[in-house]
Amino acid sequence: MADAVAVKNFYNQSTNKHTGILSWLLTKDHKRIGLMYMVAILTFFVVGMLIGILMRLELIAPGRTIMSAQTYNSLFTLHGVIMIFLFIIPGLPAIFGNFFLPIQIGAEDVAFPRLNLLSWYVYIVGAILVIVSLFLPGGPIDTGWTFYIPYSVRSSTNISMALFAAFVLGFSSILTGINFITTVHRLRAPGMGFFKMPLFVWATYATAWIQVIATPVIAITILLVIIERAFGVGIFDPALGGDPILFQHLFWIYSHPAVYIMILPAMGVVSEIIPTFSRRTIFGYKQIAYSSLAIAFIGYLVWAHHMFSSGMSDTARWIFSLLTFIVALPSGVKIFNWVATMYKGSIDPKPPFLWVMNFIFLFSIGGLTGLVLGSLATDIHLTDTYFVVAHFHYVMFGGTGTIFFAALHYWFPKMFGKMYNMKFARIAVVLYFIGFNMLYFPKFIMGYMGMPRRYYDYLPQFTTLQEISTIGSWILVGTIFFIFGYLFHALRKGKKATSNPWGGVTLEWHIPSPPPLENFEKIPTITHEPYDFSQLKEMKDE
Amino acid sequence: MSENNKHHISYGTYILVWAALIAFTSITVTIAGVSLGRYTLFIALSIAAIKSALVINIFMHIKFDEPIFKVFLGISGATLFIIFLLTFFDYIYR
Repeated sequence: MADAVAVKNFYNQSTNKHTGILSWLLTKDHKRIGLMYMVAILTFFVVGMLIGILMRLELIAPGRTIMSAQTYNSLFTLHGVIMIFLFIIPGLPAIFGNFFLPIQIGAEDVAFPRLNLLSWYVYIVGAILVIVSLFLPGGPIDTGWTFYIPYSVRSSTNISMALFAAFVLGFSSILTGINFITTVHRLRAPGMGFFKMPLFVWATYATAWIQVIATPVIAITILLVIIERAFGVGIFDPALGGDPILFQHLFWIYSHPAVYIMILPAMGVVSEIIPTFSRRTIFGYKQIAYSSLAIAFIGYLVWAHHMFSSGMSDTARWIFSLLTFIVALPSGVKIFNWVATMYKGSIDPKPPFLWVMNFIFLFSIGGLTGLVLGSLATDIHLTDTYFVVAHFHYVMFGGTGTIFFAALHYWFPKMFGKMYNMKFARIAVVLYFIGFNMLYFPKFIMGYMGMPRRYYDYLPQFTTLQEISTIGSWILVGTIFFIFGYLFHALRKGKKATSNPWGGVTLEWHIPSPPPLENFEKIPTITHEPYDFSQLKEMKDE
Repeated sequence: MSENNKHHISYGTYILVWAALIAFTSITVTIAGVSLGRYTLFIALSIAAIKSALVINIFMHIKFDEPIFKVFLGISGATLFIIFLLTFFDYIYR
């Protein structure tokens, strides 16, 4: 049914009377809004990445190389703020969630299309505020993305404005979450019960709950810090009788669940790609769906493992250490189920699948080193060292970042109606793997040897490992530009994609590439399980 | 949802709840100046919980809405309770 009507699509059909850029800026179409997020988020990703490569260049040799210590402090803060708040948190839900969640449940759009557009504008306003904070008197913030008290109360840089930007960005996240929860509850196609939803929808749904429940905590915390800076109330500042550890509690009550805002949608994408390229239904569908909810819930209970050396009580330390180990269980359920799905499957190692293999390897290293940090005794040794930086990047970049590229390669033909060069894509996976491990693995070793994080300078014994890490950054960044290059080339000159180039069976593969304005000619009635590959023959007959 | 919102609450009830909220706020302010030792926080949080319940049920009409919204609020409330509980493992034993 799909290719015969492929002429009309959401690029040439608009939800409003305008044409050109205005038809995009005033659109209510979830797919266009997803693409608008993509442009904005990728722009900030490139900026964050360039800041990262400058930091690595500074660290290629001991002492001053290309910048001052104060500039370095500002750059690592900016790198963190941009990558966390402007790339990883919104990345997968706002781009791929917006584009594919309504399609995967058989809906024409999200429940609140206007609110969806508002979320994008709020995101842009927040991002502009971050940028403005760099150039106002006082200069760019230098606290690190964690804004720890008391330094963030005393620093003369533009903390209040940067904090306010994070506050605004939080609203964008909450609005998107509310939209997705309502969409999943109200707009599922006839016949699509909760346990017939694709697992990406489950993961995005669980994420939406975290966005709605956890984000207000950081919003209130941010307001309290701004009030503290403006009026010296004494909520957090110990010099005024406040409690700086209370700030850390409040910050991590949001920011740890935020880690799951980042990783859960990525896990959802993995659960889509593995069955498609194994030609086999997912192993343990319900367990994966429930494990998403379990991760979302247990993720709330482990925040203080970021604070083992902060001076909080010993009782709290062992309780949070124990709870941290528990959160590994639902993550383990997912990994085992993914591997079991591949067992005896008919594996087709196309680029999206290879990206997922990359993810499983990198994320497993990130997850297992997390257990090292979750143990009280080893954490005391490794706190605030490069080990934490390496762990964090393996989980966030090796996990969510890698899956961002997996999702891009998986859904690119559907989103843009074009195919990219498979050979280039395979080369990119290999180069990415090499660059990534060269960049981040030496940090585990350096951290274990005692190299502290966020330091501008280092002792001579770290030089070789720092050099390897910097060279790795060149390979990784080069690979990412290579990826953007061949995808951009595919956009302009790529072969036309069919409606189902990978042989997937979820609903997005039943409609043309790119999809029409309201996705379906007629809202479908769901009769199959989400990963029932016996549908493939029927789909071909259509 | 619209069918469920047909339930009308009288002005009298609204005013009563409003008066109750003012009264609870006065109590909170008053007991802030009284040394109740370890019970201070417990009492303050209990009063805040009662006030929230009044606002959510009456002003936000959750009492008369579909069960699914009560489940949503219940999950959020339970999460908040657990967060408080875990934070106290630090504050009580520090």
